[in-house]
Amino acid sequence: MGAQIRVYRQKINSTSSMRKIFKAMELIAASRIGKARTRVAASLPYANAITRAVTAVASQADVDHPLTTEPAQIRRAAVLIMTSDRGLAGSYSASVLKQAEHLVELLREEGKEVKTYLVGRKAQAYFDFRSREYARVWTGETDSPRFETARELRETLLEDFATDYEQGGVDEIHVVYTQFKSMVTQEPTVIRLLPLEVVEGETETPTNELLPLYEFEPSPDEVLDALLPRYIDSRLFNAQLQSAASELAARQRAMKAAGDNAGELIKKYTRLLNNARQAEITQELSEIIAGADALGS
Amino acid sequence: MAELQVEIVAADHFVWAGAAKLVRARSVDGEIGVLPGHIPTLTVLAAGDLEIEPVSDARFSVQVDGGFFSVDSDRVVIVADNAVVNAA
Repeated sequence: MGAQIRVYRQKINSTSSMRKIFKAMELIAASRIGKARTRVAASLPYANAITRAVTAVASQADVDHPLTTEPAQIRRAAVLIMTSDRGLAGSYSASVLKQAEHLVELLREEGKEVKTYLVGRKAQAYFDFRSREYARVWTGETDSPRFETARELRETLLEDFATDYEQGGVDEIHVVYTQFKSMVTQEPTVIRLLPLEVVEGETETPTNELLPLYEFEPSPDEVLDALLPRYIDSRLFNAQLQSAASELAARQRAMKAAGDNAGELIKKYTRLLNNARQAEITQELSEIIAGADALGS
Repeated sequence: MAELQVEIVAADHFVWAGAAKLVRARSVDGEIGVLPGHIPTLTVLAAGDLEIEPVSDARFSVQVDGGFFSVDSDRVVIVADNAVVNAA
């Protein structure tokens, strides 16, 4: 058998085993995506309730909380970047990192120092490869985030926010994550987490509804003290959940494309293989005929 | 008879919703009981058990570890960091 044919056979074999892997990954992502979306939906009642309560306090009491006051001068900003742990999700991590780069550039132009926090091994690898510094990294659970991690993120960020600039603290905090719009559109999004702007409209609460005059126990300030960290928790958690759903959607799409491309390659190689086999047969035939002709004459 | 519309939500899931006659909770300042017609309140919860007496069923308790709850026009929303319904 010709060397050419053997090469094509090998290529077809390896491509079809790759296609099997792509198909399997596509199916896994597709089955997990439903669960991820259910989790996003399940976290909504909490987010809505907390937004309503924060709005109620903010609209009634004179809020003068360190988390909501704009610092006189912003000298250092923190950026939290949420990417995935694993690759093979198309441009998912790359587009978040690109968005983050834009933001960092913008902040630098405004004369602010930037401190970065990373979520996901992809972001870590990106920063390590360029030997850039980052303050802290969380890895290992980007495809099914836990609420405890959101709380840990918040604790770390708030600690830095409370620290003075001179001791390495930050004056504002941005989060870059991927918003899950639908199965086909996921959008890298930047939100400014701190200082908080308590605005309604992030979650769907009817705005024409009048908020009742609440009594606060123990006091408006203390209620706010308890509420705001939870509000941040819920926003961070929501960002994580949306990122997870987006990651899975991106992976499903990437794997579908890869599987389709593998199928095309197999088709192409099969044609080439047939071609090569036929050429070999033709050559053998013409050699035999030529030989017989030489003997017969 | 007026009744309370109670909703209990935890950070990552929905816990319970229904009509109730009475809700008893522990705030950071002490115990608070809510009956229909209570004035609007926003209260910080302490860790501990929360008691609910539904209109039709027997009373049950929910274990929470911090959070807050709001009452307005007979609608009680309990937002807990983590809430587990205790087996009766």
